[in-house]
Amino acid sequence: MSKRVGVEVSIAVADAVALARAEVISAYPITPQTHIVEHLSELVANGHLDAEFIPVESEHAAMSCACGSSAAGARTFTATSSQGLSLMSEILYHPGPMRLPIVMVVANRALAAPISIWNDHQDIMVQRDIGWIQTFAENGQEAVDLLLHAFRVAEDKRVALPFIVNIDGFTLSHVIEPIIMPDQEDVDRYIPAFKPHYRLDPRKPISMGPVGIPEVYTEEKMAHNEVLKASKRVILQGWKEFAEIFGRQYNPVEVYRTEDAETLLVTMGSISETAMTAVDEMRNAGKKVGLVRIRLWRPFPGPEFRKAIGKAKTLAVIDRCLPPGAVCGPVGAELRSLLYRVPGAPKIFSFVAGLGGRDVTVDRFKEIVDKADMYAKKRPVELYEVIGVREK
Amino acid sequence: MIPELEKFVGFSAKNLPKDEPLASGHRACQGCGEVLALRMVMKALGRDVIVCNATGCMEIVTSPFPQTAWNVPWIHIAFENAASVASGVETARKVLARKGKISKKHVDIMAVGGDGATGDIGLQWISGAMERGHDFLYVCLDNEAYMNTGVQRSGCTPYGAMTTTSPPGSQSFGQVTWKKNVPAIMAAHGIKYVATASPAYYLDLMNKVKKAAMVKGPAYVHIYSPCPTGWGSAGERSIEIARLAVETKVFPLYEVIDGKYVMSRKITKPKPVTEYLKTQRRFRHLKEEHINYIQGRVDAEYEKLLKLSEM
Amino acid sequence: MAINDAIIGWKTLPFGGHVLEPGSTVKFKTGDWKSQHPVTDNSKCIKCGMCWIFCPEMAYQQTEEGFYVANLDYCKGCGICAHECPKNAITMIAEEGGKCQSA
Repeated sequence: MSKRVGVEVSIAVADAVALARAEVISAYPITPQTHIVEHLSELVANGHLDAEFIPVESEHAAMSCACGSSAAGARTFTATSSQGLSLMSEILYHPGPMRLPIVMVVANRALAAPISIWNDHQDIMVQRDIGWIQTFAENGQEAVDLLLHAFRVAEDKRVALPFIVNIDGFTLSHVIEPIIMPDQEDVDRYIPAFKPHYRLDPRKPISMGPVGIPEVYTEEKMAHNEVLKASKRVILQGWKEFAEIFGRQYNPVEVYRTEDAETLLVTMGSISETAMTAVDEMRNAGKKVGLVRIRLWRPFPGPEFRKAIGKAKTLAVIDRCLPPGAVCGPVGAELRSLLYRVPGAPKIFSFVAGLGGRDVTVDRFKEIVDKADMYAKKRPVELYEVIGVREK
Repeated sequence: MIPELEKFVGFSAKNLPKDEPLASGHRACQGCGEVLALRMVMKALGRDVIVCNATGCMEIVTSPFPQTAWNVPWIHIAFENAASVASGVETARKVLARKGKISKKHVDIMAVGGDGATGDIGLQWISGAMERGHDFLYVCLDNEAYMNTGVQRSGCTPYGAMTTTSPPGSQSFGQVTWKKNVPAIMAAHGIKYVATASPAYYLDLMNKVKKAAMVKGPAYVHIYSPCPTGWGSAGERSIEIARLAVETKVFPLYEVIDGKYVMSRKITKPKPVTEYLKTQRRFRHLKEEHINYIQGRVDAEYEKLLKLSEM
Repeated sequence: MAINDAIIGWKTLPFGGHVLEPGSTVKFKTGDWKSQHPVTDNSKCIKCGMCWIFCPEMAYQQTEEGFYVANLDYCKGCGICAHECPKNAITMIAEEGGKCQSA
């Protein structure tokens, strides 16, 4: 039986990549992703992981190498953050339609300007539509488990899609947490060897990445979208198998004290732990408040989310991203679309909080719930509100 | 001498491979010197090769879905990153072969792109791949402008040339900068093999490509590729123009073997550059002063190259 | 025509949008692009193969007798072969009525 040990989450994530037996890692250092790739290069240098580490000259090259490596048939991993993710952006759109199951960890961080190394979700929300499977981890154990799940699902022949596991920069990547590292035999059982549909090989020459003329571009995009949507079945199966082997069950949407709740906080990522504390305190004070946490962001788990919110009257959705000029944050917009004209759907209020490393405290969550309850009675002027921002 | 090249046996007119790894039916323009150069490259490499193609004319004309002109494995991702994709392919094959998951038989990895993909937008990616020492060859098919997007100037566009973004006018005489010396930039990485080549000298071209493939680690071949559409030249003259570029010293043929410059063809009785310039509409507007400048600079650049080869 | 071949529904598209059949552009006859085609006078031909190696369309093939014949299904009529022939054995002949004879 595996032991629970105190370890920095980045180190545990790198160890999980090694447990998954990644074969090619191409990465460029960027705070706060650095500890992951440093530890991986150490594991390769020490012979603990039989893999090749390509120390590329940019994140764009990291993703480009990853595409080549995956197309050649190797299990491929990379990790990045923020500006680096943005620099990759052009290439992020390729592995989805081309069905290259690259696995990436994004240590979420704010985007410049002003330059900020601290945590929020603006980097990944820019890349919302790249056509990768995306999950968000709440804690260190989850980061490790979701990463193993990512390899299991991405390379499944029914899926063959790239996969991002989001972990909050610093607040998750750099903290030391008690984590159970799975046994190698169990991981080997969980993640079979990568057997790609096709690989670049002179014995069976194929052409990857041809021109998509107007007669076929829409169909190519449709095929990608449909396989991404259909991947949910395998994602769920992957979590079921994970529970059978490792004893920890994951779901696309998690709920906390939502029974009879009238107002629900909706979160993604590591702030959910603070939100749970806030829910406990508000429950103790007699408020019917609960928490819904979205773990699977793409493909979006619509039915699971609708089920999770039950009969709640009000949703307070927290976005860690401020999209200038938009009607509200991306998660808020997603949920408004999802629940629009659904009979009995709750009122949805969008809040932006925790930008560029600003803590979202228990009190802030209480403030958000109070405001949502107030707006439920009296419609707010703005479609979203930035929490904890100074005016003067 | 590079050990890998000690056993090098060149192609000769009598033993040219009949096989065509690049198939007919591609959509290149009539008289395209670039696809002709690419055909020669592929004949030299054979079929045990994986091609990583940058976006550009060659990528577009050879991959009209649902067809491909490639008889070898081929991948295209984007414009600037063919060298990185090749790095990934090479590395993956290394680890997979080590683990016994694929055959250990050597397969050449080639990244190929135009002058824009190589000398401009992709320079950093190529530099990274060369510095890391991946075992691959990079082939630049230089047609001296962004032809695929409609003949815009690149860093490799020659001095004075008219393109759609270096148009001559009352305030301009066309391209105002001298052609970027991309082979020298590649050689500066200390890689074992760099060469320039021309489809007019097809044996020389194929032998250089073969050497580049045989060398362990990165190698680079820069190939002059006439473009009738972009240059305003007659399609039937593509090879003639390529020959003239060498005979006028405009495009010298040389190798840089382990840092040592070796002239492939010393031009002792050069033709005047006007012989070359007058074959193409892109130079038609040039005045005597510009032509004199070009002649002077071509002579000076050639002298520099000769000196390097004598060192 | 290639465009008709590309009219594929999303459910039947090849995996990853790959092209699985190598060298399949041979199905596309570029011969109908040309306005002229080469004719070789074999009495002048020295079988040097310049026309073959300098053809951007890989159109030339060698016969059993060693002469070179252009496959007009692919020849785009650029005329490099005629221009480079050291014996001037190749003449470019205009297509009649602007139509391709081979198509």
